[in-house]
Amino acid sequence: MELIKQSLRRASDMLLAGEVSSVELTEACLRRIERVEPYIHAFLSISAELAMQQARSADQAWADWRSGKVSQQPSPLNGIPIAIKDVLCVADLAATAGSRMLENFVPSYDATASARLRAAGAVFLGKTNTDEFAMGSSTENSCFGPTHNPWNRLYVPGGSSGGSAAAVAASMTFGALGTDTGGSVRQPAALCGVVGLKPSYGRISRFGLIAFGSSFDQIGTLTHTVEDAALLLQALAGPDTRDATCVPNPPPDYLAELSETTDLSGLRVGVPEEYFKAEVGSEVKTRIRAAIEMLAELGAQILPLVLPHTEHALPAYHLIANAEASANLARYDGVRYGKRQSGKALWETYVNTRTAGFGPEVKRRIMLGTYALASGYYDDYYLRAQKVRTLVKQDFDAAFEQVDVIAGPTTPTTAFKLGEKTDNPLEMYLSDIFTLSSSLAGIPGVSLPCGQDANGLPIGLQLLGPAFEEQRLLNIAHVFQQATDWQRRAPVLEN
Amino acid sequence: MLTTEEVAHIAELARLQLSASETEKFREQLSAVLDYVDRIGELDLTAVMPTYSVLSLPSALRADEVRESLTREELLRNAPETEGGSYQVPAVQDEG
Repeated sequence: MELIKQSLRRASDMLLAGEVSSVELTEACLRRIERVEPYIHAFLSISAELAMQQARSADQAWADWRSGKVSQQPSPLNGIPIAIKDVLCVADLAATAGSRMLENFVPSYDATASARLRAAGAVFLGKTNTDEFAMGSSTENSCFGPTHNPWNRLYVPGGSSGGSAAAVAASMTFGALGTDTGGSVRQPAALCGVVGLKPSYGRISRFGLIAFGSSFDQIGTLTHTVEDAALLLQALAGPDTRDATCVPNPPPDYLAELSETTDLSGLRVGVPEEYFKAEVGSEVKTRIRAAIEMLAELGAQILPLVLPHTEHALPAYHLIANAEASANLARYDGVRYGKRQSGKALWETYVNTRTAGFGPEVKRRIMLGTYALASGYYDDYYLRAQKVRTLVKQDFDAAFEQVDVIAGPTTPTTAFKLGEKTDNPLEMYLSDIFTLSSSLAGIPGVSLPCGQDANGLPIGLQLLGPAFEEQRLLNIAHVFQQATDWQRRAPVLEN
Repeated sequence: MLTTEEVAHIAELARLQLSASETEKFREQLSAVLDYVDRIGELDLTAVMPTYSVLSLPSALRADEVRESLTREELLRNAPETEGGSYQVPAVQDEG
């Protein structure tokens, strides 16, 4: 039995039963990383020393509990190796956001998400690759080189959390944190054949997350199974006084409720006709329809649905998210932290720093956002986009009056080739077309593997639910995974 | 289609410097994106209120008390240049 091929849940059960130590799990991951990382480039940094130190502490915590020295049972994450997207701060580890601007930035503090994993006893393997400032759908916008899709190295892993998705798919870690602004957890999860959960906006604190679009940004998880996602979400979710948009109500016990679910009788699944338009690949359509058929076989009632403003979601998203990005990234001026490219005077230093520090996609987005907010354009672009956001949200509100969950493809196509879309930003943006609208509405979504195309590239089924109904999504997804075995398929990598 | 002057103006607002070839490339790419986003112009939005946030949380207030925070050294650790425990920047105006 190969340790690294186990689910996070299974590894956790083995730690609890004393069948394996955290040091063994961590060493297995580090060995795997050493072997396959040269082919994948999922990581921007590996924190082997910290990981081994945390693993030894975790083993000590299990030992202290077993001997009765400590009465509190350790967290199910105690001793579990995890990878963290490089837009989240972990104290004393570089946090680059995939940008030259932050190449040498070493935060002095943990993001709340990192702190909660640390407190639970998780082991930090390293920081994963991302499109620069999480802006992209392929990790090709990383200033440190792209990540390769473990199912086929010539293809992108998706993005922006492509490093996290690829690390999980290639069994280099038991789980990973990503972030999702317009689909950046779900889209790479779909393209890499893993589970990607984006919780509701406000479910997980954003403190210590390098900001992109602050009214969208949400931390999410990449794992092999839905159970694994539930375990991680449990540790991450919950109020935080350091993020005023993090909701005060405590999360339910996701895993406990999960295990009670057996079938889907009485569940109403809505299938939006807009999610099966011409631009969706035929193999994707076939596999998604088969997955929805499977939900019906498990007892669910399938209902047709319309989300009329779907085609307006992408324009609205890009105007608002990039307007927010242009404001958020104004802080990179070479004064307090990050890169500085000195000029003769302060003004010139700002311009030189930003010109040298940002890559082309980040510059494009800052420019678009600046334009949308500029005097004379604000009403036509930014304000209109915020009104469209209301319509998109109302579409979902109306849909959830009729159905309990919405099902469709996560992405219109399977993974595309590296370099295929880098010169055509608009075409790249279209790969997030089915994830953007739910991001505008702030509702939760999960992508889970449900098939492969003729080239063996994974296809993801997306489930969307009402705000703060992560439990419902997890339950349905879990029942689906019990009935199928897509999550057990793994790519064959070079030795 | 954006003009070269518009692209240059936006770049200046964003404190970015673009070469002539970058300006031309951005002009084409941003124009294509703007053509696409212009489809929100079709909608009648007169009676629609904007959604700036999907949450309707009350303002989060807390007591104003002294608490532990990062030290000066920790804060300055990532500064490009410091002097005497402060951030150091070039002169605001070119003295040259």
